Amino acid sequence: MLEPEWITGLLGGLMIGAAAAIYLLVNGRIMGASGIAGDVLDGTDPAGRAEKLAFLTGLLTVPLVIHLFVTPVLPHATGNLALIAVAGVLVGLGTRLANGCTSGHGVCGLSRLSPRGLVATGVFMASGIATVFVLRHVWSVI
Amino acid sequence: MRLIAALCAGGLFGAGLALSGMTDTRRVQGFLDLFGQWDPTLAFVMGGAVLPMALAWRFASRRTRSLSGLPFPARPAVRLDTPLIAGSAMFGAGWGLVGLCPGPALATAATGGMPVLVFLIAMAAGMLAAIPVRRRSGPAPLART
Repeated sequence: MLEPEWITGLLGGLMIGAAAAIYLLVNGRIMGASGIAGDVLDGTDPAGRAEKLAFLTGLLTVPLVIHLFVTPVLPHATGNLALIAVAGVLVGLGTRLANGCTSGHGVCGLSRLSPRGLVATGVFMASGIATVFVLRHVWSVI
Repeated sequence: MRLIAALCAGGLFGAGLALSGMTDTRRVQGFLDLFGQWDPTLAFVMGGAVLPMALAWRFASRRTRSLSGLPFPARPAVRLDTPLIAGSAMFGAGWGLVGLCPGPALATAATGGMPVLVFLIAMAAGMLAAIPVRRRSGPAPLART
């Protein structure tokens, strides 16, 4: 079970945490992907728009550079576009209602021992596990 | 300074997602597949990410302002309400369906082809659909300190 993946996982995780730490300590903001993308999309917080766009620029370009020059960065997502569309709507609506996703509630909330972050992370983990269980082991569609 | 820091944070976030394998939906669904061939990698990623951020919160608690002068985000009131629970349940279902959450979806926007583009457009539509509900419930109240 403990193959080198756990090492790259841990190192990648440290980088994600360091990114969140920079965004907090320098910018005074919580690094949440859904919050940053959603605010840029619907015009919430105009004062923070420029730095959120800068954040998204880094997030979109660095994995592309890694993909082109270092190692492929491919999501291997399903080709079932109807399933993809349903999932996208659920993720967009759900993260905006809950005010956070894996990065905001997960990384930033858990590390602050925020009750909202802990509850949100528990709920989306349980919901994700239940969804995979039903779709993979009961209906065998994913 | 804020723009450069935000650009670096976004880039580091993307690089961390790529290195950890969290941009691969198979790995994410493997973690959520608790009752099948469970892949624990995401737990190591989460643990690794929480460590530096816990230190950052400790550091922030001893100061009032960030390096750019903006005050640190106040602790939100403990309000475990319906939008938080229902929204997280919806998000988890979508996450489990295809193994994409907002960070990795944005990180693979340029490399993931049609599936990721469709996902991002649908995600944007879902976010816009949340506007009326967000307006009704108002901004999260802050904890009295």
